[in-house]
Amino acid sequence: MGQIKRLLRSVFAALDRAFDRPFGPAWNPFHNLGALGFFYYWIVAVSGIYLYIGFDTGVERVYASIERLTHVQWYLGGVLRSFHRYASDALVVMMLLHLAREFAYDRLRGVRWFSWITGVPVLWLVYASGITGYWLVWDELAQYIAVATTEWLDTLPIFGEPIARNFLARDSLDDRFFTLLIFLHIAVPLILLFVLWLHLQRITKPRINPPRGLAVGTTVMLLALSLAYPAVSHAPADLAKVPGLLHLDWFYLAWYPLFDLLSYKTMWGVAGVLTLGLVAMPWLPPLRRAKAAVVDLDHCNGCGRCAADCPYGAVAMVPRTDGRPFAQQAAVSDSLCVSCGICMAACPTSMPFRRTSELATGIDLPDPSLRDLRERVHEAANALGPGPRVMVFGCDHAVPATAIAADGVAAVGLPCIGALPPSFIDYVLSRRLADGVFLTGCREGTCNNRFGLRWTEARVDGLRDPRLRKRVPRERVARCWADHQEASHLAAEIEAFRRALSALPGPDATPPVAASASHAPVGAP
Amino acid sequence: MRYLGQLAIYAAFAVLIGYFSVAPSYTHAPTDRGEIKLSFSHGGQKRGGCRQLSAEEIAKLPPNMRVARSCPRERLPLLVEMDVDEKPLYQETLKPSGLSSDGAARAYRRFSLPPGPHRIALRLRDSDRSQGFDYEGGFDIVLQPRQNLVVDFRTEAGGFVLR
Repeated sequence: MGQIKRLLRSVFAALDRAFDRPFGPAWNPFHNLGALGFFYYWIVAVSGIYLYIGFDTGVERVYASIERLTHVQWYLGGVLRSFHRYASDALVVMMLLHLAREFAYDRLRGVRWFSWITGVPVLWLVYASGITGYWLVWDELAQYIAVATTEWLDTLPIFGEPIARNFLARDSLDDRFFTLLIFLHIAVPLILLFVLWLHLQRITKPRINPPRGLAVGTTVMLLALSLAYPAVSHAPADLAKVPGLLHLDWFYLAWYPLFDLLSYKTMWGVAGVLTLGLVAMPWLPPLRRAKAAVVDLDHCNGCGRCAADCPYGAVAMVPRTDGRPFAQQAAVSDSLCVSCGICMAACPTSMPFRRTSELATGIDLPDPSLRDLRERVHEAANALGPGPRVMVFGCDHAVPATAIAADGVAAVGLPCIGALPPSFIDYVLSRRLADGVFLTGCREGTCNNRFGLRWTEARVDGLRDPRLRKRVPRERVARCWADHQEASHLAAEIEAFRRALSALPGPDATPPVAASASHAPVGAP
Repeated sequence: MRYLGQLAIYAAFAVLIGYFSVAPSYTHAPTDRGEIKLSFSHGGQKRGGCRQLSAEEIAKLPPNMRVARSCPRERLPLLVEMDVDEKPLYQETLKPSGLSSDGAARAYRRFSLPPGPHRIALRLRDSDRSQGFDYEGGFDIVLQPRQNLVVDFRTEAGGFVLR
């Protein structure tokens, strides 16, 4: 499983880099798969409303009503029918890519199981929505789908009468059938919307709209395709005939040829194994979870920054319980916390300068704690060789710290770059533990913890609390966001930074301060 | 250059969507053959006849459920046979549906045949007889390529019917 994930992750990393060039990180479709899926859903919903107005549920009139929309009113009904079809296909592509990407980046285990599990019924519901849509056209393809689907369902011992008998002959069907079908075609996507809402419940600030440029681009693309290659029907359904050559929509109907290749019962087995396999995947194998963040009320003033920055809604502000003169205090939900450390970095009390026997903060990770982090910074600084000395803070999900360390370069790995309190940059430079600080983490738009990179940039740029202090010489701080395959690119960037540092006047000649956490640096910042 | 790259990617995506939404084409059933679909739903006769209950047995029943006769719910399975051109093509014993085996037995089978004239003979046993059949039927048909010929069974029509 791990090898498959690594392989897929390499593929996605390569695609990310390739798509970053023309689109840039913000518009990169691979950074917006879920949002694009939502966007296509809304296109399908809106175009579907218009098609519904022109749709006639009479069994003898249903085909003609769609033909009228397609050919007589080609400029609107026809275009919207194609738009409806192609957006549905694009939705399937986005959904499957989103699933593969989340799997590749291992965003399904641990507390993330909820989003994964609620995604499984989404698969079924999207396919059910699409299949009932094809059924509504009542052409030869619809006839084939109707017969095959009902024959498949009839292998379940739940129907009194075989429902496939509804499609035996021309006189088997009546108008009520298409009324039922259009109801299903509307109800199933509405249920899908509810499940999608559930799907997003355990993440904060979910991105459900793609950037405007990407939305415009993909809409124009779908419209152009609809005009150049309009969707058309097969010959009308005729139950006295066996459907002949079929132009399948493989995005939705790839399952159907397998009915002919295998048996219906086997296909139930395949569907069951696939579904159960997907459901079980978050525990294959179970994630050895790091301990959840812990609130220390002695240092928490209830400012709420940790709750605002948590990407998973794991930190909530609740009424104060210890009698101290603050309205609120932070509370961590263990079942939601992924131990990314972003809350710790958001806490204004996460200051390595503090002159206390034991460094503590308002909200901390048990492992690694803020104190551990400061110790590791000192260890790394002590190991630095001569020359412009660079302290790299990196994310464990990107290029590993061991691959970064070199002569004059020491690396400290973090569960997320967002777990680095900005005060540590100030600390390293003002204590002359290094001549420059280099930040690295997941490639832009691919942060393993969603907002780690975004919050770090905002904090360093002084746009979000806690801000990097103005006194920190910005020419001694650099950053490069690179995926796990870009170690050489990262090394080159660090080397360039070292060269730039050597050209700067000042503290690069100063030897590192030998210190340990027990001999914590003293003095105010 | 950047916009050209985007245009190329959008175009490639459009081609992917446009192509796989209709191609490659697929032939579900051979177009040079016809199909006979044997499908019906029919309840076999009740297993055993009704029995007069004794006064003691009636007394044991709840007051609101006291009846003089007890009739079994369970139905007999059906034996169905179909020959085409005097060759046996299908024979099956169909069990009654339902948890108490009191529902109709159901048949739904498809047979692919070459086009042309055929003689179909059908037999169904729904009683507890050990020999012979309760219903028999035969049809001389000329099957067309891609024709879907349905053979149904309706007691009120006297047995097997073509639809």
